[in-house]
Amino acid sequence: MIKPLKNFTGLVAPLDRPNVDTDQIIPKQFLKAVVRSGLAKGLFFDWRNQPDSQFVLNQPRFEKATILVARANFGCGSSREHAVWALADFGFKAVIAPSFADIFKNNCLKNGILTIVLKPEQTDAIFDAIKLHQDYHLAVDLPAQKIADEFGWSAHFDIDPFPKRCLLEGLDDIALTLMQDAKIRAHESAHPVPYKL
Amino acid sequence: MAAQTLFEKIWNSHVVHEAPGEPALLYIDLHLIHEVTSPQAFEGLALAGRKVRRPERTFATLDHNVPTTDRSMPITDPDSRLQIEMMRKNCRDFGVRLFDLGEVEQGIVHVIGPELGLSQPGMTIVCGDSHTATHGAMGALAFGIGTSEVEHVLATQCLWQARPKTMEIRVDGKLGLGVTAKDIILGVIGRITTDGGTGHVIEYRGTAIEALSMEERMTVCNMSIEGGARAGMIAADRKTVDYLRGRRYLPTGVEFDRLAAQWLTYRTDEGAKFDRSIVFDAAAFAPQVTWGTNPGMVTAVTSKVPDPSSYADATSRRAVELALEYMGLVPGTPITDVKVDRVFIGSCTNSRVSDLQAAAAIVKGRRVAASVHAMVVPGSQLVKNEAEKLGLDRVFREAGFEWREAGCSMCLGMNPDILKPGERCASTSNRNFEGRQGKGGRTHLVSPIMAAAAAVAGHFVDVREWASN
Repeated sequence: MIKPLKNFTGLVAPLDRPNVDTDQIIPKQFLKAVVRSGLAKGLFFDWRNQPDSQFVLNQPRFEKATILVARANFGCGSSREHAVWALADFGFKAVIAPSFADIFKNNCLKNGILTIVLKPEQTDAIFDAIKLHQDYHLAVDLPAQKIADEFGWSAHFDIDPFPKRCLLEGLDDIALTLMQDAKIRAHESAHPVPYKL
Repeated sequence: MAAQTLFEKIWNSHVVHEAPGEPALLYIDLHLIHEVTSPQAFEGLALAGRKVRRPERTFATLDHNVPTTDRSMPITDPDSRLQIEMMRKNCRDFGVRLFDLGEVEQGIVHVIGPELGLSQPGMTIVCGDSHTATHGAMGALAFGIGTSEVEHVLATQCLWQARPKTMEIRVDGKLGLGVTAKDIILGVIGRITTDGGTGHVIEYRGTAIEALSMEERMTVCNMSIEGGARAGMIAADRKTVDYLRGRRYLPTGVEFDRLAAQWLTYRTDEGAKFDRSIVFDAAAFAPQVTWGTNPGMVTAVTSKVPDPSSYADATSRRAVELALEYMGLVPGTPITDVKVDRVFIGSCTNSRVSDLQAAAAIVKGRRVAASVHAMVVPGSQLVKNEAEKLGLDRVFREAGFEWREAGCSMCLGMNPDILKPGERCASTSNRNFEGRQGKGGRTHLVSPIMAAAAAVAGHFVDVREWASN
């Protein structure tokens, strides 16, 4: 069960690399967790724990970031939902990128994190704005499918109606599925288990 | 009825409910689980007071965390031990069959599914693991999911899924001697790049794909996710039927024949349309070696480490610079000059009997280079037993390889099998991401015979020169 996502304004942190995989978002040693909580300590662990690391989330100005802007194919690789739990535990509520890996995107939705797909030139504009403004914030309006800064820049984003509704209403999709129980049972009785158990 | 693709036939026959503006509710025939991505799903079930809807369609194994050394010893890492204990408890509490350590069925989840006859043509198969597309080699629609979706399938045996697009990858012609299924898929990913398949389900077709054995087809489908695809699949044929006949979970006699007849109907109709289509010539593939930090950063063994300045756009150039810096490679270095410290033969990509046979044929009568530490980790206990029956363990041991118990091992290094910082590894696994095999470790993805040859030579070699001798 996820919390409904309300409109919010958040500090934006830039992660200027394409193809960031979930092994980078959270390395293997944190996959031994048996609960969902407390994973922020593992977020980008190897990049944050290099000697003299200038990694973006180590910089005090981005400590309170709630929006991450990244490059194409963010979240590729392993299906580990720990990557999303770690982002959420750190405080991120939305990730903006030109594209996302499929499983990562699904995992975000299940945890109430909004993935916003923009054109590469639009994400470029955000990266540039962060260089220009010390404390760059974006306002996220999911019902209107719009993000905007205080300097007059804004962008519309697409999202399918079903994930949008799930995020806005914080739907329990297992309960939603169980409303179709009669249809599931009909399918099951027509398709017996093909195993010799 | 309009001509349909293999994907469309499976998808359409599993949609339980569909409404405008909503994803489809898809029935899942087989749910495979392992110790790493399931504890939080069972916790969610327990908290909501829910049960596993179809325990008879749910099978569990221990693979990611398990030590590959002496199984009679206790597991020393307390976190790994806890995860394994939780898997045992969850399976007991919820009535799920677990293939535990010490049982002959235990092994890597994507090796045992087909091997036990659980993964069958025409099925929908999911697992909390991105390499689930492996089972697509059986002619199934198989894809990886996250833990919340694992919980959803445990509770409902269904998933909400947006309908993916279809992509045809056609490979025609004949592979050269010493060029393998691994080289096909690495070559394909090199061309479509690491996100070329995003949002798509790939069907691999063509004469070169048809000519592959079932185990080779599994290698190809396994790495579909490395090209960003949701799934990869190959239509069932007589080879599929022959492979599955007599497997542990399949019925026998007339009942098997009835199933087999059904399986063969799951194939793309003449004239069916794909959203995208790419054609490859099998004869053009050379043995592949990755040089960077994602599987799309790959080249032929005869080639050189690329020069970042040859990339036109700034983002790619920067990505290549970062990759080469991490990999400790100088632009322009011939791939065959790259020395290796470690060799890993294993993983859900390349740990089956035929992989081990091919690698053993290369090392037989030769020695692992003094500077190299090499290991073989069979994909399952059944693979291990079969390989030992064939005497492959002796061939590897005599050449100086370690011969281990079944598990995921150094593919992702969740158990003690990891690279040290700076160590360079020729690996038959599927991911060369930074730190994947151990923090600071440098991974080059190759085929089993390329890995075996590198172990002997101490650097990459064009295995075709050895294969022809």
